[in-house]
Amino acid sequence: MKLVYFAWVRERVGKTDEDLEVPEGIATVADLVRWLKGRGEEYEYAFENDGIVRAAIDHVHVKPEAPIAGAREIAFFPPMTGG
Amino acid sequence: MARTIRIQAEPFDVAGETAALTRGRADIGAVVSFMGFCRDEGGRLTALELEHYPGMAEAEIARIAERAESRWPLLGLTVIHRFGRLSLGEEIVLVLAASAHRTAAFEAASFLMDYLKTQAPFWKREHLKDGTVGAWVEAKEADDRAVERWG
Repeated sequence: MKLVYFAWVRERVGKTDEDLEVPEGIATVADLVRWLKGRGEEYEYAFENDGIVRAAIDHVHVKPEAPIAGAREIAFFPPMTGG
Repeated sequence: MARTIRIQAEPFDVAGETAALTRGRADIGAVVSFMGFCRDEGGRLTALELEHYPGMAEAEIARIAERAESRWPLLGLTVIHRFGRLSLGEEIVLVLAASAHRTAAFEAASFLMDYLKTQAPFWKREHLKDGTVGAWVEAKEADDRAVERWG
């Protein structure tokens, strides 16, 4: 599964993207965030405030309870500030 | 319906884009244009840097455009959003909404900007006068409230 990061989430994680084998039982975006936070302090830092970081699956905004099965690309990023 | 969505580093020309939208059309009675500019914040900045999510930025703006088209009788839409380092006074975003009458064009342009600011995957960061890179711009609650009024 490809994960991509943007803005200060990218800076905190320390990479723009990565390919990860996500273990069985990680069913939702919230599960994935919890699992990532256990992988190292850079993820702990990026996701320190639950509910701030937004997610998208295959270019569509999703909520934390969204299932990740079949996702090609999951993105994490701060609230948008364009326009 | 004529719909143009572009994400680009280059500047855009509002007159040229308006002409492209209306050329040869006798049905358009109103075009509302909105341009957003790179603004100084109390004399602290030299530039803003805009990061975006390639692919999703276009897709999300297209979804916002579809919602606007289903809500108002639009005859054309243009959305151009820039990325990269933009100096003070440079244009960041352009929305053109065309309709037979002004009310739909005004409302659709406003709707598009409200959703663009809170849903399109772009992030601004400040470049400061002392040459350093400053903070990422924080999302504003007022922008979320602006979206809520559309129901």
